[in-house]
Amino acid sequence: MTAATRAEYCVVACAEVWRGAGEILAAPMGLIPSLGARLARRTFSPDLLLTDGEATLVGTDGTTPEGWLPYRAHLALVMGGKRHVMMGASQLDRYGNQNISCVGDWTRPARQLLGVRGAPVNSLNHPVSYWIPRHAPRVFVERVDMVCGVGYDRVPAGAERFHRIVRVVSDLGVFDFATPDRTMRLASLHPGVTVERVAAATGFPLAVGDDVPYTRDPTAAELRLIREVLDPAGAREREVRASGPVSDPVSDSADSADSASGGS
Amino acid sequence: MGDKVMSLDGVIGRLRSGMTLGIGGWGSRRKPMALIRAVLRSGIGDLTVVSCGGPDVGLLAAAGRIRHLVAPFATLDSIPLEPHFRAARERGALGMTELDEAMFMWGLHAAAHRLPFLPVRAGLGSDVMRLGTGLRTVTSPYADGEEFAAVPALRMDAAFVHLNRADRLGNGQYLGPDPYFDDLFCRAADTAYLSCERLVGTAELTKDAPLQTLLVSRLDVTGVVEAPGGAHFTSCAPDHARDEAFQRLYATTPWDDFAARFLGGAGEYDYRRAVRTWHEEHARQQGAER
Repeated sequence: MTAATRAEYCVVACAEVWRGAGEILAAPMGLIPSLGARLARRTFSPDLLLTDGEATLVGTDGTTPEGWLPYRAHLALVMGGKRHVMMGASQLDRYGNQNISCVGDWTRPARQLLGVRGAPVNSLNHPVSYWIPRHAPRVFVERVDMVCGVGYDRVPAGAERFHRIVRVVSDLGVFDFATPDRTMRLASLHPGVTVERVAAATGFPLAVGDDVPYTRDPTAAELRLIREVLDPAGAREREVRASGPVSDPVSDSADSADSASGGS
Repeated sequence: MGDKVMSLDGVIGRLRSGMTLGIGGWGSRRKPMALIRAVLRSGIGDLTVVSCGGPDVGLLAAAGRIRHLVAPFATLDSIPLEPHFRAARERGALGMTELDEAMFMWGLHAAAHRLPFLPVRAGLGSDVMRLGTGLRTVTSPYADGEEFAAVPALRMDAAFVHLNRADRLGNGQYLGPDPYFDDLFCRAADTAYLSCERLVGTAELTKDAPLQTLLVSRLDVTGVVEAPGGAHFTSCAPDHARDEAFQRLYATTPWDDFAARFLGGAGEYDYRRAVRTWHEEHARQQGAER
């Protein structure tokens, strides 16, 4: 089997956010997180629940219905806490505040995006992770223009027990908030990426340890699942390219918003 | 028992400018588009619109009929961003109360239950509390003392929903996978207008479908309109899927051109004919390219 591509490292890194999650709903927004959630369910987290993207809970084959989850029940499930969502972000800051609503002044945005969707309710009620397909200073900003998903510096009293940002996965590496002041830390680099490259693509100072590990390799069984079962058409390779081209800011924003759905 | 069947224009005759109008469906799914088109043909405007926004919001915003929007998002689903909603926001033409999805649903519940607000663990810490929308908080009177967002009731003057089937009395049925919030919209509004794909006898509603599909009760409905294809171009499963080709056209055509070609007629019939003509041309074009 040929060596894993960058996209395949990203799929596995996304799958890892649901390791040990138990019997909860995995709610991935966007292609790579969806592949990750389905991979986790087929391997190390078999008790996860998944939807068809609309109102049906589906079995491991991705089609057999095992339950009904229309929007109203989905939102109740969010508030009940048995869920871990992986959202996109048009902007993300060092404390994990996330923006999918608009860029610029909210009263008259320079770029109107999706709106807050379910990011506020998600972030105060259950574990949240983020997926950023193109790591750039425009996404990883000093301060987001509008807080949709709540970061570690803004958690209201009483919600600390439910608020948890597990990980941020980008096309360059994996990030967490395992620092004393709960700011973003480089947890692992995807093979082929350097600390310098990540730092240059991040619009705020990132916590970096002395010896940053590489993101783990996919196993042969995982690669087979990704390539032959979950994504035989290779759609993942169009979302993440190893030598990321300098991207157009306009189409980029739309792409980020595409994967940024919040409540479902 | 009263027969509530009326025409699209009959519904519009009962509305007035400045109203708060709730719109059912979700994104680009089962939206009461024929009723929206009827609003566009009328002079009604200055609306406060309450919606899980899709092309309903886009059409009304592009035509300058919305003064204020209450919504958690606007999307076309297969096209993530609603172009006319975006354009209206970016030219500063659309005031908004931007709520989280759970806050939005709780606001409908509060209105349906005649409560002034409901508490929700959402919104605090985020910027939805800081946008000049007047959102307040409420503190638990119990030992925990936790503070919550107090979501105000989203009471509406009128609501529009589109369902698969209904009877002449206003009992409405959905046959797709998701009821969205249509029953809540009807109950949270002073008047509610239900359009349907097909008007049937009451007994026929449950002849081949389970009781649980009876989503909307006639006691929450003011008027019923038979409007086949009345959700076009949004999806209305299982009657029809979203018209993706037409939605792409909507999203990529300058507003004036789109409005002139599809919305300039005297009624829904003209819209349907214009859409049919476009599809025939589109199919010929596709064939020629092959």
